[in-house]
Amino acid sequence: MKYVDEFRDGEKARVLIGEIEALVSSIRLPEGRPLYLMEVCGGHTHSIFRYGLEGMLPKEIELVHGPGCPVCVLPMGRVDDCVAIAENPKVIFTTFGDAMRVPGSRKSLLQAKADGADVRMVYSPMDALELARRNPDREVVFFGLGFETTMPSTALTILQAESEGISNFSVFCNHITIVPTIKAILDSPGLQLDGFLGPGHVSMVIGTAPYEFIANYYRKPMVVAGFEPLDILQSIWMLLKQIGEGRTEVENQYARVVPDEGNNAALRAVAEVYELREFFEWRGLGSIDHSGVRLRETYAHFDAERKFAIPNVRIADPKSCQCGEVLKGALKPWQCKVFGTSCTPETPLGALMVSSEGACAAYYQYGGQKRQAEVV
Amino acid sequence: MNIVPFVKARTLGKVNVSSVTLAHGGGGKAMKDLIDDVFLAAFGEQACEPLEDQARFELVAFEAHGDRLAFTTDSFVVDPLFFPGGDIGKLAVCGTVNDLAVGGAVPMYLSCAVIIEEGVSIDLLRQVAHSMARTAAQAGVRIVTGDTKVVPRGACDKIFITTTGIGTIPASLALGVEKARAGDTVLVNGLLGDHGAAILCARGDMALDTPIESDCACLHELIGSILAAAPSTRFIRDATRGGIATVLNEIADGSGVSIEIEECMTPIREEVKAFCEVLGLDPLYLANEGKIVVVVPDDEAEAALAAMREHPLGESSARIGRVVSEQERRVTMHTIFGGRRMVDMLVGEQLPRIC
Repeated sequence: MKYVDEFRDGEKARVLIGEIEALVSSIRLPEGRPLYLMEVCGGHTHSIFRYGLEGMLPKEIELVHGPGCPVCVLPMGRVDDCVAIAENPKVIFTTFGDAMRVPGSRKSLLQAKADGADVRMVYSPMDALELARRNPDREVVFFGLGFETTMPSTALTILQAESEGISNFSVFCNHITIVPTIKAILDSPGLQLDGFLGPGHVSMVIGTAPYEFIANYYRKPMVVAGFEPLDILQSIWMLLKQIGEGRTEVENQYARVVPDEGNNAALRAVAEVYELREFFEWRGLGSIDHSGVRLRETYAHFDAERKFAIPNVRIADPKSCQCGEVLKGALKPWQCKVFGTSCTPETPLGALMVSSEGACAAYYQYGGQKRQAEVV
Repeated sequence: MNIVPFVKARTLGKVNVSSVTLAHGGGGKAMKDLIDDVFLAAFGEQACEPLEDQARFELVAFEAHGDRLAFTTDSFVVDPLFFPGGDIGKLAVCGTVNDLAVGGAVPMYLSCAVIIEEGVSIDLLRQVAHSMARTAAQAGVRIVTGDTKVVPRGACDKIFITTTGIGTIPASLALGVEKARAGDTVLVNGLLGDHGAAILCARGDMALDTPIESDCACLHELIGSILAAAPSTRFIRDATRGGIATVLNEIADGSGVSIEIEECMTPIREEVKAFCEVLGLDPLYLANEGKIVVVVPDDEAEAALAAMREHPLGESSARIGRVVSEQERRVTMHTIFGGRRMVDMLVGEQLPRIC
């Protein structure tokens, strides 16, 4: 595939790995531990496992898999709300595919579908709007989910529905924002992280400026990274370069997609449609201030939370689950008490086992060798 | 040899309506008309013979081909019924023929049980029956017994078909999922994931326009030539639902071995790669309907591969990996990028990723 295969070139990877090894050997490592680099985004976690990058890196570098999988961090209470809306016989509930399996306290959307709810998988919110046009006697609800990456497409769909005067379409808005989340991680006590691989697709929308505080205030280097394996290796190389030279900056490896100033049209749509929530609940991380958005009053008629009666009950994460510690890099997935025993991809207890982008599910699915080696 | 000869021809019924109603499942004249005019008309040769409740065979017909019977059944539900490269009828014949053939059996007879949703058009049913008949004729197998049921609207999705197959296994063969050994070579007969991608595209709900066609095909001839060229072949399985990743894991588990495959040797069409890239799917888990995984001892690998490539259904055959150890049961992939990853069983259905 053109423009893809170039970034999966094994020859170039070997050269880069050589350079990374050379760089690492010239860096003074933190006392008694390797360098901890966090990839914030679930898309990166997926690529890292899919291409087996962890096994290629020198042992002085350890990747910490961050919270950037929007499917994983969705709390049970919100899934319960989805199910409650979906079980309304008037409703066609539409969702991205991988949100179907996220467990609620009673059931997942997949189970709700099996029990008779009209739950349909869509690939874009515009598909949901099309369903609303074709089913004027039904209420079509789109499950708005994801970071800034998917936020604009939901916003633009709402603007489109408004301009067409479509009244049987609404959004159950669970969009979340990346910056407060990174801040929450940086503020957690005992944090040991030496640098960040920044989320490429979020940055395509918001640009690189919103991350400056990470470099300036928290003194951690960040490189906004693409998703192909060479992108990730090059970004790691750039992080090491910063660490070696004692710099803390926000750099952009993914300039072919990410303009430093972001995407203005997308940002305008986002600002037009959403406002920040005071706080939003995350699975594994708890409540984080200003980390979620909801629809502004002007667009209240498209807000499924106001249109439908939802339970809106906060369900605590299971006590045995240690997702928070794994998300912050304090524990490895396989060090969690319930990893692979009561928490598996079939019956996930915690956020990180839910989607293939979650660190635990990725280890469970792809990372068996390392896991077994470490357990023994 | 096969069906016991009958004496008296019977009169054949005719369907005079355009769609199936519950009356066609009622056991009376309407049902007889449907069976005669749609199914027997398509399946041909014995239409005028009296219908018994069972097909009858002389044992000698089987004994000529081998010393064991192979017996298998499979149900087919697919949406849409017609898709690029095939339809539910072709699928129902190929699937069961392949399930017999991968065990080394010579496929001989099929049954055909059809569950029909009321309201399905007779023309559509005829097309499906003809497709079954055509595929069976090409494969040299006969559909010798069957059943139809009609269910109320909503109780099934248009047409469900179950086919059961019987074949004979030549005395010389003993393929088994437990027979893979360290050092064996793993082969596939061509481009992977076409069927799964074609079906997902044909559903049309992701507005992707691709030229991908299902690989749906009967593989018994190809398998015959593999077994002739590589008589010590350990095991063959068709990589249907769950794709080759699932079959490889079944072998690893069944034989107690580790298998290592090379991503760069794994044949996947550019369009399928791109399709998977867009949706966040993994082609190793996409369904095939005309692809087999073959495990052969290393010294017969070349001969097997050459025989496969000579056959039209094996032109893109490739050596994708090896059985590497008898210590553990797992499948790993050496990625194009130089890394290594686990290839595990799928937990549930593959779901497209959000972003």
